[in-house]
Parts: sequence; C-alpha cells; structure tokens
Amino acid sequence: MLNIDALMNCFGNSACLVTQSATGLIIGMLLFLVASGVTLIFGVLHVVNFAHGAFYMIGAYAAYSAYGVTGNYYLSVLAGAVAAAIVGVLFERLAISRVYKENLLMQLLVCYAFVLICDDAVKIIWGAEYLAMGIPSEFRVPPLRIAGGVVPPFYLFLAGSALAVAILSVILIRYSRFGKIVRAAAENATMVSVLGIRVPLYFAALFGLGCALAGMAGALAAPVRSLTPGMGLSILIESFIVTVIGGMGSIPGALLAAILLGFTRSFGSVGFPLFVDGAMFLMMVVILVFRPQGLLGERMVR
Amino acid sequence: MSTPQPVLELDRINAFYGASHILFDMSFQVYKGRTLALLGRNGAGKSTTMKAIMGVVPIRSGEIRHEGRRVNGAAPHVMAHRGIGLVPEDRQIFPRHTVDDNLRIAAKPGLSGRADWTLDNIYDAFPILAPMRGRNAGMMSGGEQQLLSMARCLMGNPDLILLDEPSEGLAPIIVQEIGRLIRKLRGTGVTIVIAEQNMHFCLGISEDAVVIDKGQIVYRGTIEDLRGNEEITSRYLAI
Ligand SMILES: Nc1ncnc2c1ncn2[C@@H]1O[C@H](COP(=O)(O)OP(=O)(O)OP(=O)(O)O)[C@@H](O)[C@H]1O
Ligand SMILES: [Mg+2]
Repeated sequence: MLNIDALMNCFGNSACLVTQSATGLIIGMLLFLVASGVTLIFGVLHVVNFAHGAFYMIGAYAAYSAYGVTGNYYLSVLAGAVAAAIVGVLFERLAISRVYKENLLMQLLVCYAFVLICDDAVKIIWGAEYLAMGIPSEFRVPPLRIAGGVVPPFYLFLAGSALAVAILSVILIRYSRFGKIVRAAAENATMVSVLGIRVPLYFAALFGLGCALAGMAGALAAPVRSLTPGMGLSILIESFIVTVIGGMGSIPGALLAAILLGFTRSFGSVGFPLFVDGAMFLMMVVILVFRPQGLLGERMVR
Repeated sequence: MSTPQPVLELDRINAFYGASHILFDMSFQVYKGRTLALLGRNGAGKSTTMKAIMGVVPIRSGEIRHEGRRVNGAAPHVMAHRGIGLVPEDRQIFPRHTVDDNLRIAAKPGLSGRADWTLDNIYDAFPILAPMRGRNAGMMSGGEQQLLSMARCLMGNPDLILLDEPSEGLAPIIVQEIGRLIRKLRGTGVTIVIAEQNMHFCLGISEDAVVIDKGQIVYRGTIEDLRGNEEITSRYLAI
C-alpha cells in the first residue's frame, strides 16, 4: 500500500516532480476557487452552503454545452459562472433566505434537497452517462517542458485564472462599496435597511457571487474531469476539508490548505495511492484536534 | 402666518412586541421645518414610536401618513428613500467598519436628488470625527459614536430626522456639541423629532412637544406651555 520508494524516486526526479506539482497545483487551485465561494458565503452570511457542489456541477455542464455551441472556451467559462450565479440567486431568494435564521439541520436539509433536484435535472437535460469535454481547441498545443517534466498550457490557464478570480472576489468584498455594505448588513441588517438599502438584494448578490465561483471552477474542471450527475459531492467534501484546515472564513488559510490538499492528492497518487482520501481526512482530524480554529483561522469567541 | 403643514401624522396607531401591547391609539403630528420633542420616561414607548415610523416595528392598527401618503407597512429602506432618517438610541454604528466606511455606506441623495451632505462637508460639520476617518468605529468613545451615528444619518440627506435620545449617557461637552449641531440643522430647514427623557435638553431647540406615558399620549402642545405645566412635568418626566 505504501510505496515510499516511488515517492522518494519522484522527489529525486525533476521530471516527476514538475509533472506532479503541476497536477497538484490545478487540483489545489480548483479547490481554492470552490472553497473561497464557500468561505465568502459563510464569512459574510454565516450560512454553510452545503449545496455548493451543485453549482460546480451546473458550471461544468453549462460550460460543456456552451463549448459545444460556440466552440469558444473562454465564453464557456463565463457561461458556467453566469449559469451558476443565476441558479444561485434563485436558490437564495426562493429557499435558503427563508432558513437563514433556522438551525443548521434545517439549512442542511434545504441544501440537500436542492442537490438532489439538481442532480436529477442534470440527468434529464444531459443524461446520466459520463460526458467528456476534452482539452478545448484553444489549448491544443504542445505541452511545455519544464526541467524534463510535462505541463499542459491549459493547466497554467486553469491555475492562473482560478487564483486570480478568487483573489479578485476577496478584494471586492473587502474594498468595494458592495462588499462594505454586505458585510455591514450581515452584522446589522436592520440598521443597513434604515439607511435606505435593500438588504435582501445584497445578500442574494453575494450568494450568487459565491455560486459563480463554484460554477467557474466547474467550467475550468470540465476539460480535465469527466462530467457526471453528482460530480459536485466530492469537490464539496474536499472544499469543506479545505475550509476546516485553513480556518473557517479565512481566505489565505483556504489557499494554503487547498495547495496542501492538491499536493497530497498528486504526490499521494504516487506514494500512497490507496490512502489519498484517508490522508486528507487524517490531516483534517489532526488539525481539528491540535488547532481547532484551522491553520490561519481566528479562534472562535463565545 | 399660514397654518403649518403636517409632514408626518400618526393616527391612532397601536404597536405590539409579540403579545405585549406597547403603543395605544397614539396620535400626533409633526410639522414641516419644526422640531418636536417626544418626551417620556424610561420605557414610555419613545423608541418604539420612532421604530414604528421608520417601518422597523410594524403597527397593528391605525395609520401613519407621510407627506399625506399612507405608509403603513412600508419597509425601512422605503421610508429612508422617502427622506426620513433615524439615529437610533443605541447608535448602531458598524463597529468593524472605519468611520469613513460607516459614512460611505449611508451616502445617498435626498428627495429630488438633493445632495447637501457629502463626506467633505460632514467632516467640516463634525470636526471631532475628521481625525478618526480611518479608525474602526468600534474603537470610538460613546460620544464619538453618537456623533458618527448622526453624521451617518445626514449622509442620506434626509428631510425628516428622528433622533432617539441623542444626549443619553454622554459627557456635558459632547451634549453641548450635539445641541449645537441640532441648532445648525434646524437652520437648514429640516424637520426633527427628538426623543428625550429630560425636557431641558430640548428647551432651546424645539417648538413642539408630545409627552407619552406607558404608550399613551398625555400631553400635546408647545414646549413653552409644557414648561409651565407643573402637573405634567412632575408626573411624567424625569427631573
Ligand atoms: N424588543 C422588545 N421586545 C419586547 N418588549 C420590548 C422590546 N423593546 C421594548 N420593549 C418594551 O416596550 C416598552 C417601550 O419601550 P421603548 O424602548 O419604546 O421605550 P423608550 O421610551 O424608548 O424608553 P427609554 O427611554 O428607556 O429608551 C417598554 O416597556 C419595553 O420594555
Ligand atoms: Mg428608547
């Protein structure tokens, strides 16, 4: 089960090191993008969006179809993000906003119901069988060779755009008027509405933004993963592991944890292929025991 | 002199918190460009009245008219866009936002696009706040927070301002500063309602007075007449 030799060989071989690092990086950046959506929604609205994986799936399928129609991958990524945002805003307005004040179990149930509905809707629209999008035409070019290792240019696009968009949205929440209002409203919705602001619209927009990040992640993953109804579940679980390890509400923590998990996955597949998932959960348990607030999370008061 | 125009009319309103009845058939008018003192002891219902006007607390019966229009059930943001501003009793500043951001969040044009108050002239009118622009509002003293709360209300360019106990628990120097600001505001023609337990703060700055006790009106008239009305002041007001 444990193949220490192979792992050591890989660490000693620049080609393997580069290839596995590139894989670790894209896994990590996808996770970071998904987890920053979870963190944004949790950090501001204090709602755990258990349905986040469904928006990842919606983004992937929307991008798949948009690519089939337009043949333009950049437009398809946009389509994935927009589709997830639209469904996200509807979900927030019609369902989740009604249980903001309810307990966690109620929120979990609403989200789970929504996930099941989405999975079935995908089966009806796209069918239950696996779909593959393939590397988009824009990126069908020879791979880069770095120190003997192979890095597909698409990987760089994926990692770069995921990182950029996640960080941009954090900046938006921190420094824009929209971000300032929505954070104030999360603390004191009544006072913000007394100032003339329609608070529910801002909450819906923030929720939609978080979902758009998941949708974009799905669209970015579509060329390198197979599409299937229910594909959102594993990314949801992994993004929760990322938020727990990184610290609830901490974006730098999520980045650190996402990279950690990405590398655990890529190098784990060389050194301990049967224990990759186990290793991730082990990491989470260790963190929860020794540093419950996560790597970079603030200690919870109260 | 022409008869003054009521900007705001409360017509036999009743309000509840859950099952407890708080405001009983309350009626009074607020006149354009004048200042009304809404007086009453602890728990008399002053804050509830202001919250009912703003749409924060629902009324169960009666009618609230603003500029002649029935506004029962209107949400707070709608009332804000009708030109009403509330400075709540516990200030309710955003503690984790800077002073600047507290003000920016509240920035909106008044009715018919009036934009008398901007960030710059707010800091001119509130010189105490100017050096604290970048500080988190939660780090400020109670008096400074009260000033910020008033400044934030003005950023929305309201025509009718509801001030809930602006002098409560503050040092005399800040109370004086707040009195000066209210006088200055009156000069700009806005209508003001000030809730206070103590009549004296309101004496030089308001024309009209309403006294409430246990959610019912016990006096309506000018503040000068109230001042001479020993029976009402000793029975219903804090000394
Ligand atoms: N959220 C609430 N739930 C239940 N009862 C409340 C609530 N807020 C106020 N009350 C009650 O309503 C009554 C009126 O309260 P209100 O705050 O309007 O009085 P007030 O005149 O503003 O008093 P103060 O001078 O102390 O601010 C009081 O008896 C109070 O206990
Ligand atoms: Mg009060």
